[in-house]
Amino acid sequence: MAEPYTTIDCDVLVVGAGGTGLRAAVAAAEAGCRVQVVSKSLLGKAHTVMAEGGIAAGLGNVDADDSWTVHFADTMRGGKMLNNWRMVEIYAKEVIDRVFELERWGGLFDRTEDGRIMQRAFGAHSHRRLCHVGDRTGLELIRTCQDKAVHTPGVEVSMEYTLTQLLGDGHHVTGAIGYDRNDGQFVVVRAKAVVLATGGWGRMYRTTSNSWEGTGDGAAMAYLAGAELLDMEFVQFHPTGMIWPPGARGILVTEAVRGEGGMLFNSEGQRFMLEYDPQKKDLSSRDVVARSIFKEVKAGRGTPHGGAYLDIRHRGAEYIKKKLPSMWEQFHSLASVDITREPMEVYPTIHYTMGGVRVDPESAATRVAALYAAGEVAGGLHGSNRLGGNSLGDILVFGKRAGEYAAEYAKTVGSAPVIADAQVAEAQSDALRFLAGDGDATGENPYLLHEALQDAMQDDAGIARDQQSLTRSLEAILELQERAKRMRVGGGRVLNPGWHSCMDVVNMLTVSEAIVRSALERKESRGSQWRLDYPDLSEEQGRVNYAVYRDGELMRIRAVPLEPIPVELSRHLEDG
Amino acid sequence: MEVRVFRGVPGGEQGEVAYDVPPVEGMVVLDAIHHIQKHLQTDLACRWNCKAAKCGSCSAEINGTPRLMCKTRIDELPEGPVTVRPLAAFPLIKDLVTDVSWNYEVNKKIPPFTAAEGDRGPWRIQEVDIDRLYEFRRCIECFLCQDVCHILRNHDMRDRFYGPRFFVRVAGLEMHPKDVLNRVEQTRAEGGLGLCNITKCCTEVCPEHIHITDNAIIPLKERNADAHWDPINFVRRKLRRDSGGGAATRGLDEEPAGGPPR
Amino acid sequence: MASETTAMGPSAGASTRPSAGPGLVARLRRDAPWWVLPATVVTSLTTFSGYALWTALLGHDRWGPYLSPFYSPEIAAGRTRASSAIFVAGAPLLFRFTCYYYRKAYYRSFLLDPPACAVRDPHRTYSGETSFPTVLNNLHRYVWWLVAIVVSFLWLDVFRAFFGTGADSGHIWLGVGTGVMLGNVVLLTAYSASCHSFRHMVGGHVDCFSCVRFGKARYQAWRGVTLLNIRHPMWAWVSMFSVWGTDIYLRMLQAGWFLDPHIRF
Repeated sequence: MAEPYTTIDCDVLVVGAGGTGLRAAVAAAEAGCRVQVVSKSLLGKAHTVMAEGGIAAGLGNVDADDSWTVHFADTMRGGKMLNNWRMVEIYAKEVIDRVFELERWGGLFDRTEDGRIMQRAFGAHSHRRLCHVGDRTGLELIRTCQDKAVHTPGVEVSMEYTLTQLLGDGHHVTGAIGYDRNDGQFVVVRAKAVVLATGGWGRMYRTTSNSWEGTGDGAAMAYLAGAELLDMEFVQFHPTGMIWPPGARGILVTEAVRGEGGMLFNSEGQRFMLEYDPQKKDLSSRDVVARSIFKEVKAGRGTPHGGAYLDIRHRGAEYIKKKLPSMWEQFHSLASVDITREPMEVYPTIHYTMGGVRVDPESAATRVAALYAAGEVAGGLHGSNRLGGNSLGDILVFGKRAGEYAAEYAKTVGSAPVIADAQVAEAQSDALRFLAGDGDATGENPYLLHEALQDAMQDDAGIARDQQSLTRSLEAILELQERAKRMRVGGGRVLNPGWHSCMDVVNMLTVSEAIVRSALERKESRGSQWRLDYPDLSEEQGRVNYAVYRDGELMRIRAVPLEPIPVELSRHLEDG
Repeated sequence: MEVRVFRGVPGGEQGEVAYDVPPVEGMVVLDAIHHIQKHLQTDLACRWNCKAAKCGSCSAEINGTPRLMCKTRIDELPEGPVTVRPLAAFPLIKDLVTDVSWNYEVNKKIPPFTAAEGDRGPWRIQEVDIDRLYEFRRCIECFLCQDVCHILRNHDMRDRFYGPRFFVRVAGLEMHPKDVLNRVEQTRAEGGLGLCNITKCCTEVCPEHIHITDNAIIPLKERNADAHWDPINFVRRKLRRDSGGGAATRGLDEEPAGGPPR
Repeated sequence: MASETTAMGPSAGASTRPSAGPGLVARLRRDAPWWVLPATVVTSLTTFSGYALWTALLGHDRWGPYLSPFYSPEIAAGRTRASSAIFVAGAPLLFRFTCYYYRKAYYRSFLLDPPACAVRDPHRTYSGETSFPTVLNNLHRYVWWLVAIVVSFLWLDVFRAFFGTGADSGHIWLGVGTGVMLGNVVLLTAYSASCHSFRHMVGGHVDCFSCVRFGKARYQAWRGVTLLNIRHPMWAWVSMFSVWGTDIYLRMLQAGWFLDPHIRF
């Protein structure tokens, strides 16, 4: 028998209120649907705000010979050709309109002399392509989408709700169950279609730029509901995160620093990127730069706190403060470093997950009926490595598409789906089992399990990996999964972060297992996957993606052959 | 190091609880709260997200001053115990978390950005026309300004006053070269612009260093003066009203709405 | 001196210049109890007003070519100096009274609305600037024009002092007093040119500079006033003390405490 719960009815449920979720919500509402957005945090706090550099779009405002085809080619090459070519094509074409649309919604961009949208250089983009506003483009994007969404009739937002499970029968979803974080009361959302827009997962690593929300809830829920997870081995290390002070470790230092001319040096004053990538230098793709810093530090040429120096002083104080204001502020307030006078110390930090739910490139539909996924939680667009600036574009392009196709699907569904009481009751007891009540709270502490998971992932499934370390990591994860069953916390259901953490840990363990199993399967080095035991590209493995799926209680993995690129598109790849 | 954290729920027991937290070089208040959650009290409630002063979630009152916990370094605070309390202007939910949903309701009342019908771009916008707007767009909605404002904090005039955060929002819309609406009258009548007595506490606590009073509120007050305290406009309005025209609220209305792209 | 209290340090409206950390005043303020600032403001403003009233009623003549700013312009010829002073002091006093910065100062320090940030405001009811008399602060822009006239006369006074008056007429007169008067009028000009209402008039009201006539010039003017405006509180205090100081200097000369060092040629 289920505990009392509130039911929310809607046509389209959007899980997540970052850029993807909000864009999807607007699209679905404009298509005439009643949309319910559910957000783990307050509105406007999503991880989108952490995107700093800009939105990559082939407008050609600064470099006139840029276009969507060049953008297409750069993205494919950056992902080491493992990308879903159709997604990249759609993306490169449509992101241009999404940028102009953002401006029509009131978003601001830095401007060129003649009043067009300013574009800056970024890693592995062959042209100056990132539309930006200083170094806080993500904030601009989310605020614009937030204001658009709350003023779009038909969009309802529930803040600070956590969804714990998708409801359905393994082939079809009917909604989701979760709880109000503030009072711990259960809520069931009945929906004709569901859009997952939950973002990525980085919290299973110790050094990460992700907020507490990046626990992979969406991927874990989709996996349990029957969807496949694609390319999970590809986890992006952003080359530049803060390393000091200890509390600030992992906080992102935007690539825009290098885009605006910043250079990397080792402790011996050498500009080591000249050696690792003489062509693109400091603006090489993120996987290359991250590995280079890693190698420099391993070779004993690291800074006092074990990183590399990033120096932008030559651009002058005024320019730095105009173009990189939040970096200046961040180093000033957290590390007491004035970046106009001193170099920054940086080290790679977990930043983004290329992998995610396997979706149809056109519609963002998963293989589970009524379930859609877009943005960072979906896989396929970025291949084995994402180029900076392609995430803010991704969320707008595929957020919109997911919203539209979900709305279209929802309209074909006659009446509100029926939700079985038994399924609700089971989901509730899954959540409530972690509460010790008045009795003993002597079970496992979720925070300490989280810490143990971070050790297993950071040390053994991190930037450099091999068969041995990955096996070790997998064993640790499986053991932690057992221990996680015994997690218990004190306190009640009212806003109890310990309790919330229990559910986060369960999700992170599921997703971590998928990462490690996929990484074990891919016996080559490609993009962000750097296997010390297989240091080269493998032609054979370059023709497949790996997809993880659930088979009863077992996690299975299969190779999905890449679709061949049509001739008219592959032509563009040869151009560059 | 002693950290005294407010704990409690509405209607229940409330008070400061002292925790002993080992100091770490360069640590911020949020690090201390995380230490308590991890090792001492797993159910201590606080909001946080990015931990990099970019999202504005971890607002609290540290030693009596509204600040972001992720940006307040312990070594900058005076010696002695550090006190952390929830925002005083909003209803308590639990421990350091308050109910700030009212702010989101206010935002819904402000008409969104609206360009002229048919003016669909791509636009040419000159840097000089938007450079003062960048500052307003830095707002991370931490609501520290709302918290410190005595009109909300002490006088609880939520039904008549939008608060500094939303004056910033209105100013950003009003000064946008492509926006064609006028929200000044609404901001006066419904938003309580006149209630603000420009005592600048909002500006003092803003972690994004937005000059809320000087650059948003006072310009709005001046625009309101254009509409209501300008004798020429007053006469013009009277005349128009007499001739059946709508009330002119825009003061020096000389720029063509939404001007042609150049 | 109680100066600007924005702890973060001001920066240009449009620039994205972050703070350079708390300045001396902010640091002093942080370490001092909250009531120190309002107490300082109350003391200085009360003393100044008292002095202004006293000097206006007392009246005095010029000394040599110098004229106290309290008595300029000498429009009430034939009447007593005192009434003239009360008349011409009205505009500057009104200007300061309706000034956006002084409003902050007196709302906080005299009316305790609020006494300091996050310190409980003791009033039970509150109407801000929506009711009489504070609603009249909206007229600040008109007082600005009156003050502009007065400041022009002060420039004229400096000019006259420079060229000498009476017996010295026709000579160039360079004295400490000329410098004092010049300094005073420069500070007063900075104070009135950094006014928020003036900032609005020169360009603040324009939404699209590139769409209006003389947009570029108006943008430049607005930027210039904005730069001055950042230090409006400082100009407010400094110019108040300079008016005060100029009058005291002349009074000391009159009392014959010392002679004004000057060159005449």
